[in-house]
Amino acid sequence: MKERVILHSDLNNFYASVECLHRPEIRDKPVAVCGDPLLRHGIVLAKNYPAKATGIQTGEAIWQAQQKCPGLVVLPPNFGLYLRFARLAREIYASYTDQVEPFGLDEAWLDVTGSCHVCGDGQEIADRIRTRVKEELGVTASVGVSYNKIFAKLGSDMKKPDATTVITSEDFRSMVWPLPAGDLLYVGRATKRKLAARGIVSIGDIAVTDPAWLRSLLGKWGEVLWSFANGFDDSPVIRMGEESQIKSVGNSITTPRDLETDEDVEMTFYVLSESVAERMREHGFKCRTAQIYIRDTNLFSISAQGKFLRPTQLSADLAEKAMSLFRAHYVWENPIRSLGVKGTDLVAADSCEQLFLFEDEERRRKQEKIEAAVDGLRHRFGHFSIQRALLLQDQKLGAINPKEDHVIHPVAFFKEGGLP
Amino acid sequence: MEERRYCSPDKVYVSVKALFYPDGGFKPTSLIWDDGCEYAIDKVTDIRRAASLKAGGTGIRYTCRIGNKTVYLFLEEDRWFMERGRG
Repeated sequence: MKERVILHSDLNNFYASVECLHRPEIRDKPVAVCGDPLLRHGIVLAKNYPAKATGIQTGEAIWQAQQKCPGLVVLPPNFGLYLRFARLAREIYASYTDQVEPFGLDEAWLDVTGSCHVCGDGQEIADRIRTRVKEELGVTASVGVSYNKIFAKLGSDMKKPDATTVITSEDFRSMVWPLPAGDLLYVGRATKRKLAARGIVSIGDIAVTDPAWLRSLLGKWGEVLWSFANGFDDSPVIRMGEESQIKSVGNSITTPRDLETDEDVEMTFYVLSESVAERMREHGFKCRTAQIYIRDTNLFSISAQGKFLRPTQLSADLAEKAMSLFRAHYVWENPIRSLGVKGTDLVAADSCEQLFLFEDEERRRKQEKIEAAVDGLRHRFGHFSIQRALLLQDQKLGAINPKEDHVIHPVAFFKEGGLP
Repeated sequence: MEERRYCSPDKVYVSVKALFYPDGGFKPTSLIWDDGCEYAIDKVTDIRRAASLKAGGTGIRYTCRIGNKTVYLFLEEDRWFMERGRG
């Protein structure tokens, strides 16, 4: 088979670059885009090169960053603007191929194999994309060119900003193998530590290790990492409009204050469940399983899941199940910092359903109608036009609007949540 | 999601009069600068998407002849802006 030509485009310091474009007066100063400290999201989301030079890292608390760099310009994020720029960048990519797979807002893979005879080889297309991003959007991109997605992504990280890096099947051993193991997609902190303890520190070390042994060490991921390191990744770049099917619908939130009682937790679960249920209805799903996620103030986290007797899209069902899971799995030792609720095991909302003999089916149907009516009201008059009385007990917790506050979701490489 | 707007001293939002063609499309015919003066656009010589580093923003850039001057007029989403010091 002909070798594929895959590009990975990474918009450099995306949030910070977009901010600096719009505020000429701060372009030469160290700039960090940070979450809102009052809502306890006060960490560095992105920074520009002058800020990077002072050692500031993404994910640091604002005060840590300011200690490293006293003159730091701290900006709040403007997600609406970043979404527009991400869309404009995708429009540029789309003029070279219809296989554009976004990875977060600022990254995307492009399979340009089919366009090479019209637009030039991988490097030419990459250079053209960089020029257009710079001229049309006023920000810069790094592009990696290779024959698989993994190496293309590694390539885009090698030279920054505004550069093209080509990794071929001939030279990947000299270019990729010396890199630290942690640079490989899916080698996180824990995996890195496990590997390092056995003397595996570079990507090359992973590549030459016996895959069966890696499997015994890391489970099925061991073999996946081995194939990544050897350039055997053949996962396709997903075509636009063919984004994977939804597998679960969930919401999580770091609450504006720590949660200390069952009542606090219940309130937050209701807020989250309402948004999850609303989104399930929007997409025409019911879920058969509920999952919760709890993280305490020591950043220790647990998750638990439980099945419903019947598929549901009612927020009350979700919240009650979440609460019962919570009571069964959490022992109050520390206050809680973040909570999440997820509906998984989805089925189509209009599929056949087993009715119950001893439950009031009429009442259930009414409940569903009420929730649909609430969706309608909120759509027309805004989220806070109608609320559960329960949520009025606490102004801060009740005022969370998870559906509209969360537009940007983390992403996974394997879209189906499984292995290739 | 709503995006916040920025104001920069070098970014001048202007009113624009335009001619809309029956078969779709349009061209700007005159603009009103922030001092209230109206300038007729004699000719649009180029249209492309471009960023303005000077004013801070990006949009569809119309290169316009006004008298003996060439100026850039940007359409950013639903607002028109120009770079101060060029017009």
